[in-house]
Amino acid sequence: MSKTVLTVDDSRTMRDMLMMALESAGYTVIQAVDGVDGLETLAAHGADVDVVITDINMPRMDGFGVIEGVRADPKHRQTPVLVLTTESDAAKKQRARDAGATGWIVKPFDPVKLVDAVRRVAA
Amino acid sequence: MDAFEAIKATFFQECDELLADLEAKLLVLESGQTDSETINAVFRAVHSVKGGAGAFGLEALVRFAHVFETLLDELRAGRKPCDEITVRTLLRASDVLADHVAAAQGHAPEVDEARSAGLVAELETLTHGEGGAPVVEEEDDFGFTPLTIGLPSLDLPSLDLPSLDLPSLAAAPATGWRIVFRPHGRMYANANETGLLLRELGRLGPVTVSLDDSAVPSLEELIAEENELVWTIELAAAVDEVAVRDVFDFVESDCDLSIQPLGAGPADDLPALPDLGLPSLEAPAEAFDLSALLAAAQEPAIVKAVAPAPVEPTPVAAPAPAPVQAQAAPAQAAPTAPTAPAPATIRVDLDRVDRLINVVGELVIQQAMLAQRVAESGLTRSSGVLMGLEDLELLTREIQDSVMAIRAQPVKSVFQRMPRLVREVADMTGKRVRLVTAGEDTEVDKTVVERLAEPITHMLRNAIDHGLETPDERLAAGKAAEGAVRLAALHRSGRIVIEISDDGKGINRERVRGIAVSRGLIAEDAVLTDEEVDNLIFLPGFSTAETITDVSGRGVGMDVVKRSIQALGGRISISSVPGKGSTFTLSLPLTLAVLDGMVVGAAEQTLVAPLSNIVESLTPRAQDIHYVGGRDAVIRFREAFVPLVDVAQTMGFRDEPVTPGQGVALVVETESGQRAALMVDAIQGQRQVVIKSLETNYQQVPGVAAATILGDGRVALILDVDAIVANARRRPAAPELKLAS
Repeated sequence: MSKTVLTVDDSRTMRDMLMMALESAGYTVIQAVDGVDGLETLAAHGADVDVVITDINMPRMDGFGVIEGVRADPKHRQTPVLVLTTESDAAKKQRARDAGATGWIVKPFDPVKLVDAVRRVAA
Repeated sequence: MDAFEAIKATFFQECDELLADLEAKLLVLESGQTDSETINAVFRAVHSVKGGAGAFGLEALVRFAHVFETLLDELRAGRKPCDEITVRTLLRASDVLADHVAAAQGHAPEVDEARSAGLVAELETLTHGEGGAPVVEEEDDFGFTPLTIGLPSLDLPSLDLPSLDLPSLAAAPATGWRIVFRPHGRMYANANETGLLLRELGRLGPVTVSLDDSAVPSLEELIAEENELVWTIELAAAVDEVAVRDVFDFVESDCDLSIQPLGAGPADDLPALPDLGLPSLEAPAEAFDLSALLAAAQEPAIVKAVAPAPVEPTPVAAPAPAPVQAQAAPAQAAPTAPTAPAPATIRVDLDRVDRLINVVGELVIQQAMLAQRVAESGLTRSSGVLMGLEDLELLTREIQDSVMAIRAQPVKSVFQRMPRLVREVADMTGKRVRLVTAGEDTEVDKTVVERLAEPITHMLRNAIDHGLETPDERLAAGKAAEGAVRLAALHRSGRIVIEISDDGKGINRERVRGIAVSRGLIAEDAVLTDEEVDNLIFLPGFSTAETITDVSGRGVGMDVVKRSIQALGGRISISSVPGKGSTFTLSLPLTLAVLDGMVVGAAEQTLVAPLSNIVESLTPRAQDIHYVGGRDAVIRFREAFVPLVDVAQTMGFRDEPVTPGQGVALVVETESGQRAALMVDAIQGQRQVVIKSLETNYQQVPGVAAATILGDGRVALILDVDAIVANARRRPAAPELKLAS
């Protein structure tokens, strides 16, 4: 049974890239277009979602809001959340970690790194 | 097109949307609404362009977007004011960003490097202050403040790590690694799991895992969110230390981690942890058996709970329940395949849509034919056939409308290009202009949308260049220094109407008249209404600009605009109030697949004349018709004589023209503004007809633009008015005579 990844990004380009990379690695991908949509989609899909990947800068609700929402939901507080970030310095990673992120993916990502990161956190 | 190229195409589509949104939001900022949500939206737009550009390696675009974004980040953080000068710079930067996108897409030549560099400098000045050296500043995704995390409850009495200090082994090549790993509670809170880390290590080589639970307190002292377990992993693989560290990348600050090489010498040399008599859980590299480990981990936990704090270490305890649950999850009910959310749009090849439109056209015709046959059959009005036919007619119409709607697009795509044009023209002419748009969501056929851009561009330029006054002139006239140009679209009686109005000085009728006379376009003593004078500007070769400016083109005047509008089956009109401004109104059909036509009869044939060409229809009296040189007929129409063309004769339906007094004359105007009267036998009515290409089905015929099928099933030719008039004129010249001359 393939694992399911919920991708939350307001950019169609990014959503498509994530979808392409993840599907070709055998994951099932569900997409959401912003933080609010992301949490709603997560709620709707319940336990199906194995990993959440979220962008940070998004309208309506940003990536930190998504992490907070995931961690506040008893059903999903143990769901790994990876954030998409454009920088890789230590302070940023720490900021993501403090917010409750499980890990991160540095943009622009190559499909191998992306799938690697997902595999590392997916139970 | 492979998937990557498809995504790249998506990226450029998205860029167009982002750029449009960027501009719209910047205009909101320009209007003085500098709320944080708008600034954030501006930031996001540029950020997304940069993000995508990075993915496709579009470096020039990334570089420019980065500088742009850096300033926006300052504004977002409130460190720099979002004042008028800044917003103006941002607007120009958005134009250059659009140029970079176009260049990256290969749609435009190289970006004007000087302009781009100039803006980069301006943006950097705004970011770092005047003269300030550009500080190398990372763009900030998170708006973080560096922060060290104190984890208070972390004293580790039992873990004697100093003894792991092995200076003598530092230089020796590692045959493997000994990893001592003590997760903090926070690691689990972020959904990282020891088991997964062990699995990752297992991918690097054979691992031997041992667990020290000696620090785990008794049950009553146990804090569920904390962790006192210490894992020691021996990795028997000569991999790079970086590879080992990478495994712990996500958790390195949420754990105590020590990675030491297993030296070339015997592993016993390692002082390591005091021998705690830990049972070893051996696991082969490929199949690190998590569930076995978990099973081992769970049972003793209960033992421990019952008999707290034994002196000797018990094998394996599990005080961190959360990860255990999560690890167990995959073994539970397999998740059902989630249904992907239905996409809101699909992409369809345009040819398919056109084919559908064509077939629906046939359906409309067939339905009309059927209705006519049924009517001829003499069925009573209450018959089931007729009732059913009426329903069919409604459905047919609905299908037709729906199909047309597929091709319909909002005019927004054209309108949103205009603010930039207005800015540039305003800059060039030194005028201050505010563009107001309305009705961007008005929909019209895709082809019409595409062909609207040029005339609208031209008319906006004209409105600013010729219509609006300079700020000084405006102030002197008691107006606001900033001129307003309004661009609006609306639906009116089955057509789309585009209005372009300005609050400038209006048309100077004296001057227009003077120019028209000096160019020989009208007689010096011609009596013209105000409306007629205004319409003189549409005559070919008329240009009111005293000097040809860079802005409004070189000798290309409103006649070109009028021609391109007419080519779309549209009409253009003008109204102007001196001192108050002018309004140009374009009226266009919603689609090019259907035409408003006048159905006429000529020598037993049914023909269709496009309504957009027809100025007037009249029944000429014999005395109105004159013959120039004894054979070329002209007819007196208003102030002038216009050539009289007998359609049936020209088309070769018969040899002699219709007897004057019996036929009807359609006064038509060609695209070039020439007038002629087309003589036909009778007018049958006005209706919409579906255009069928003659070239596709037969071949091109001079004088015929296309064909259509009427309700009774007959084919009717649609007249090419321009060709007919030109053809008639090719015979010995009968130039348009001026009554006054």
